[in-house]
Amino acid sequence: MTEPVLSVRNLHVRFRTGDGILHAVKGIDLDVNRGETVAIVGESGSGKSQTMMSVMGLLASNGWAEGSVKYRGDELVGLSPDKLNRYRGSKLTMIFQEPMTSLDPLYRIGDQLALPLTTHGGLSKRDARKRAIELLELVQIPDPSRRIDAYPHEMSGGQRQRVMIAMALANNPDVLIADEPTTALDVTVQARILELLADLQKRLGMSIVFITHDLGVVRRFADRTYVMRRGEVVESGRTSDLFAAPKHPYTRMLIDAEPTGRKAPVAADAPVVLDAQNISVQFTLEKSFFGKTTHVLRAVDNVSLRVRAGETVGVVGESGSGKSTLGRAILRLQSASGIVRFEDRNLMPLDRAGMRPLRRHLQLVFQDPFGSLSPRMTAGEIVTEGLLVHEPSISRKERDRRAAQAFEEVQLDPAGRNRFPHEFSGGQRQRIAIARAMILHPKLVVLDEPTSALDRSVQKEIVELLRNLQKAHGLAYVFISHDLAVVRALSDEIMVMKSGKVVERGTAEEIFDTPSEEYTRDLIAAAFLSKGDTAETAVQHLAS
Amino acid sequence: MLSFILRRFLSAIPTLFLVVTISFFLIRIAPGGPFDLEQPLEATVMENLKRIYNLDKPLIEQYGIYLWHLAQGDFGPSFYLRDFTIGDLFARGLPVSITLGSLALLTAVLLGGTLGSIAALRQNSWIDYVVSSFGTMGLTIPNFVIAPVFQIVFGLMLALLPVGGWNDGSVRNIILPVIVLALPQLAVVARMIRASMIEALRSNHIRTLRSLGLPTSVVVLHALRGASLPIVSYLGPAAAALLTGSVVVETIFALPGVGRYFVEGALNRDYTLVMGTVVLVAVFVMFFNLLVDILYAIIDPRVRYE
Repeated sequence: MTEPVLSVRNLHVRFRTGDGILHAVKGIDLDVNRGETVAIVGESGSGKSQTMMSVMGLLASNGWAEGSVKYRGDELVGLSPDKLNRYRGSKLTMIFQEPMTSLDPLYRIGDQLALPLTTHGGLSKRDARKRAIELLELVQIPDPSRRIDAYPHEMSGGQRQRVMIAMALANNPDVLIADEPTTALDVTVQARILELLADLQKRLGMSIVFITHDLGVVRRFADRTYVMRRGEVVESGRTSDLFAAPKHPYTRMLIDAEPTGRKAPVAADAPVVLDAQNISVQFTLEKSFFGKTTHVLRAVDNVSLRVRAGETVGVVGESGSGKSTLGRAILRLQSASGIVRFEDRNLMPLDRAGMRPLRRHLQLVFQDPFGSLSPRMTAGEIVTEGLLVHEPSISRKERDRRAAQAFEEVQLDPAGRNRFPHEFSGGQRQRIAIARAMILHPKLVVLDEPTSALDRSVQKEIVELLRNLQKAHGLAYVFISHDLAVVRALSDEIMVMKSGKVVERGTAEEIFDTPSEEYTRDLIAAAFLSKGDTAETAVQHLAS
Repeated sequence: MLSFILRRFLSAIPTLFLVVTISFFLIRIAPGGPFDLEQPLEATVMENLKRIYNLDKPLIEQYGIYLWHLAQGDFGPSFYLRDFTIGDLFARGLPVSITLGSLALLTAVLLGGTLGSIAALRQNSWIDYVVSSFGTMGLTIPNFVIAPVFQIVFGLMLALLPVGGWNDGSVRNIILPVIVLALPQLAVVARMIRASMIEALRSNHIRTLRSLGLPTSVVVLHALRGASLPIVSYLGPAAAALLTGSVVVETIFALPGVGRYFVEGALNRDYTLVMGTVVLVAVFVMFFNLLVDILYAIIDPRVRYE
C-alpha cells in the first residue's frame, strides 16, 4: 500500500471558552489515500468539522491543535499561517457548508477565482481569467464567459457552491475537503453537486474528504468512512462493510435513525377538519411609477387540499416551491384568494379579531427551533403563552399545572420549565415548540419543516413523538418538508409542489412506488440513492 | 447611475425649499428683531431701517422676496454686520472652515482607520486595549476642554505652536485646531472600524480566502472593503458638520471661519445670516449624503441603482 496523502495521528483540538477548556477532538487517527473518498460522519458537536479545520489551520482564534497532521510527510500542525499558505489553496483545499455567504459579496466571481491562480499558480491576470472561465466550464456553470463577471448575489446557492468548488480546484489540489457541501442546498441541487464532485474526482484523481451527517451521501460516495462521536472515532472501515455490519452501537443507531415505518390509514368516515380550495397567493415584485403592479410572483397557484381528523397531508417541494406560503395561507397568516373551511366555517371573511378564537384549533410549528422561541422567556412561559389569550380565566397555578402536563406529553422533564431556551438542545427546543402548540388542544397543526434543523437520531424521536400525539388526540397534520424520508414515514397523502403548483399528488405508496413526474423522481432519487445506484434503480429498490 | 444622481439632484430642490420655508418662519417667531439694541432706536430711524431692509412689508411678501433672491444665488445683506452681504461673509469664512474640516476629516479617517484595523487584527492584545480606551476618551472629553489644554501645553509651556489666529492658513497655525477637530471623529472611526473589522474577519468569505492560502495583505484588504461600509454612511453627516465649521474651535483658536455665524446670527436676530447658514448646512448635508450613496454603490454591488 502506498503512503497516504494525508495522515492524521493523535490529533487533539481544544477551545478556550468562558466555561473553561473544551476538548473538541480527542486524539483521533485518520488516513486519506490517493484518489480516495473518505467520509467523516457524526452528529453536530462530534468534532468532525473541527478535525478538518485544524488540518487547514482555520480554527477559531480561541482554538488550538496538538498532535500530528502530515501532508505527504510534511508536518502541518504548528506551522505559521505564512508557511501553511504553501499548502492551503494549492495542495489542500476546502469547500464549506454555507455557499450563500462563503463568497465575498463585494467582488465579481472572476476576480475571486483569479486570486488562487495568481497567488499560487503565478499566472498573469489575463491567463488567470482564461483559466477561470475554463474552471467555470468544468463545474458546469452555463455561459461561463459571461457569468465570470457576475457578483455572488446574482447566482443561486447551487451555482455559488459550484464557484466555490471551482476555486478549490483552481490549482489541481491533492485533497479536497468538503464540509457538509450540500446541506444548505435543495435535494435535487444536492444530487447534482455531489455528482459533479464524483465526476471531477474521477477526472482529476484527487482525494475527497466528506464531512457530513447525511448517511445517504456517505453510502453513495465514500470508499471508507470514519464515524465520530464526542471528539473520538468510534468506528472506521470500508463504507459497504460498515453499512452491512456496523460494529459500534452508535454506528448502528445512526443507520437505524433513518425514519422508518408507515402511518396507519385513517377511517374513511373521519370528519374533515380543513378544506382549502383553489388557494392562490401572489406577491408583488415590481410596481410602476404610478403604483400599478407590473410584475407578480404567483407563490401559490390554485392549490386545494383537504385534511381529515387523524390524517397527515405531506407537502413536498424545494425552497421557493411555495409550500411554506401555502401552510401560512391555510392558517390565514398570509393573505390569499380561494376558500378555506375549518370544520364547517368559512375562514376567508374573518378578520384578525374574528380569527382569534379559532386560532387555538389551528397551530403552527416552525423549522427553526432556535429562532422561534423567545430567548427572554422561560420554557414554561413560552408554552403557556397561548393560554393567556385563549383561557384568560384560569389561575396561575392551573397554568403551571397545564405546562407541566404539556412538558410530560412531549417527553420533557417538567422540572425544566423554569429554564430558558438556550439551556436546551435543538431537539428539546423543538419539543418545547410542539408543547406550545399542543397545550391548546388544537385540531390542526401545520408543521413547517419541524425536523430539518435536527440531527438524524433526534429527527427520529421527533417523528415518533408527532406520531404518538396524532394517535392520542386525533390531530390533523399538514406536514411541510423537503425531506422525503420523514414525509414518507408520517404521511397518508403527499402533494409534490413546484413553482407554486401541485405537480403530483397521491398516497405515500403511490408517490414512492410509481412517481409519474420527472421532478418527483428527482426528489426521490436525491434522497434515497446509494453508491452505484442510478435514479431508476433507486426507485426500483424502494419499490421492492 | 447618472440618472440616479440626476434624480437625487432634482429631489433635493423640494427638500431645500421646505428647509428654507420652515426656518424662515421659525426665526421670525423668535421675539425681538435685528435692530433691537440695549438703547432703543428712535422711531423714525427704526422705520427707515425697516424700510431699507423690507421689514415693513407683510411677512409673506418678505418670504417671497427672500425666495426670489435666493433662487438667483443672493443670500441678501447682513442685518447686523451692515457693511457685508451674507455672500461676502461666506466667501471669507468658508475657505477657512473647509480647510480645517477637510484636514480633520482626512486625519480622522486615515489614522482612525489604521488604528481600528490594527486593534481588530490584534483583538484583545494591549494595542487593542490602548485603542479602545483612547476611543472612549476621545468621545467623552469635550473639545472645549482639550483645546485650552493643548494651547497651554503646546502654545505656552512648550512654545512650539501659536495659541491661535489664522495667519493666512500657515501650517503652524492650523495644526492644533485640526487635531482638536479630528480627535472625536478619529475616536468614532477607530471604534467603528474595529467593530466591523472583527466581524468581517470572522465572516465566511474571509475564511474562504484563508482556506485558499492567500497572503494576509489580500485577506485584510477584502475585510477592510466590507468593514468600510458602516463608516462611509457615518462619514456623510460627519463631513457636513466638520466642513461647515465649529463654533467652539473657531472661537477658542480665534479663527475666521463660518462656524461662529451660527451662534452670532441667531443671537443678533440677523435673519439673513441665520437663513444663510441654514441653507449652507442643508446643501452640505444633502451633497455628502449623495456622495455617501454613490460611494456605497461603488463599494457594494448589491445596492447599485439601476
